[in-house]
Amino acid sequence: MTGDDTKHLPLEDLHVAAGARFGAFAGWSMPLTYPAGVMKEHLHTREHAGLFDISHMKLFEISGSGTVALLNRACPLDAGALEISQSKYTFFLNEAAGILDDLIVTRLGQARFMVVANAGNAEADEKHLRALAMDFDAKVDALDRVFLAIQGPEAWAALSRGGIETGALLFMHGFEPRENWFMSRSGYTGEDGFEIGLPEADARNLVAKLLEDERVMWVGLAARDSLRLEAGLCLHGLDITPETDPASAGLMWAIPKEVRASSAFIGADALRSILERGPAQKRVGLKPEGRQPVRTGAALFDADGDPAGHVTSGGFGPSAAHPVAMGYVQTSLSKPGAKLFADVRGTKIPVDINPLPFTPHRYRKG
Amino acid sequence: MAKTYFTEDHEWLRVEGGVATVGITDYAQEQLGDLVFVELPELGKKLVKGDTAVVVESVKAASDVYAPVDGEVTEANTSLSSDPSLVNSAATSDGWLWKMRLADESQLEGLLDEAAYKAHIG
Repeated sequence: MTGDDTKHLPLEDLHVAAGARFGAFAGWSMPLTYPAGVMKEHLHTREHAGLFDISHMKLFEISGSGTVALLNRACPLDAGALEISQSKYTFFLNEAAGILDDLIVTRLGQARFMVVANAGNAEADEKHLRALAMDFDAKVDALDRVFLAIQGPEAWAALSRGGIETGALLFMHGFEPRENWFMSRSGYTGEDGFEIGLPEADARNLVAKLLEDERVMWVGLAARDSLRLEAGLCLHGLDITPETDPASAGLMWAIPKEVRASSAFIGADALRSILERGPAQKRVGLKPEGRQPVRTGAALFDADGDPAGHVTSGGFGPSAAHPVAMGYVQTSLSKPGAKLFADVRGTKIPVDINPLPFTPHRYRKG
Repeated sequence: MAKTYFTEDHEWLRVEGGVATVGITDYAQEQLGDLVFVELPELGKKLVKGDTAVVVESVKAASDVYAPVDGEVTEANTSLSSDPSLVNSAATSDGWLWKMRLADESQLEGLLDEAAYKAHIG
């Protein structure tokens, strides 16, 4: 875990002290599980509050009079229509409308926005943003922050006990509660929760306070993955990639109608033609019969044994109490009721199309 | 009397009357994390040392368990079908995986005893 290019979390010592088992993810050494184990960590998050160190993700602050125009170019987004403190799930697309990354953009001020990007794409995103920014009056700052997520029905209460009031903040809104802090009501679990970017010293204080509360426990990357999969949320690199587009991925809800019609954003023409002819494949939820998980890369077949698609994410859903997966299937087979089979080590396992999410979202929308 | 052997792949075998009961060690179950599914071998299946005998699946990943010696499967622990977590809670007792009739007992000589296995995992 040392001596190579692997990046280490600023709070790594806390995870070591908590007994974490580490593994590599997107170039980072990340806590995968703590002694409680993935199952307990997952269920605890849905019942109480899970604390996640997501400092591998990157925060970019973009400012300047050309910021709205830059974001409207970089993303299929009407950045100027966002109210101050409003967040929006969006993407960087390439010219073919392939998804370079999925992001959350929050408006902090008239001409100031926060962009949260995935760890694995952070470097490429930064280059992409900086190159685009040259055509606009806009400055891109990559922030050096610890990034924590606290997720679950008791997340707000635990924060309140820790001295952070969240009352007025609604789902998909964010603001700067203190100097160099950024906090949004958002997450990657399907639960109510918060993501907080803050300086390391402040983070150490906050973590210490939160962990005094028995409702809060550290949760690792393994449970983060099972939680997001049950919630039907995509992982970039698996469920969405530069080879998939928002229409195939079933993510057109993230692109406002007026924006679709415009040509302001990179990939607009390609996306329009994909929508006109209809995507060949669609992302769907998949529920394998029985208890055997169906995992990333498994091939899918129709009832006649012909290729029908493939699984992009799969595992076991501790809250669903059955295996859960998602993947891409031919559009004609993407409806509930289609009979599909997944090949797992040579055995054909029956798989049903299942509406996403597997566990209902419990966001606090107001 | 039963004698217990270990492998470098973190399996244990308890041999009695030419039949070995096979499972994974406590160290192995801890590394794997919470198991959610165990793919058991068919009765009568002839295993050659190194063949995949069982697949244990955690929330996150699937891992092969290899046949530590040659032999024929005589029993599989079917209680794992409804409760795979037995492997986590009782790896060396109720969480056993399968039983096999040994084809060549001399293969046992190449396996580790408990002291050597403990040295192996450090």
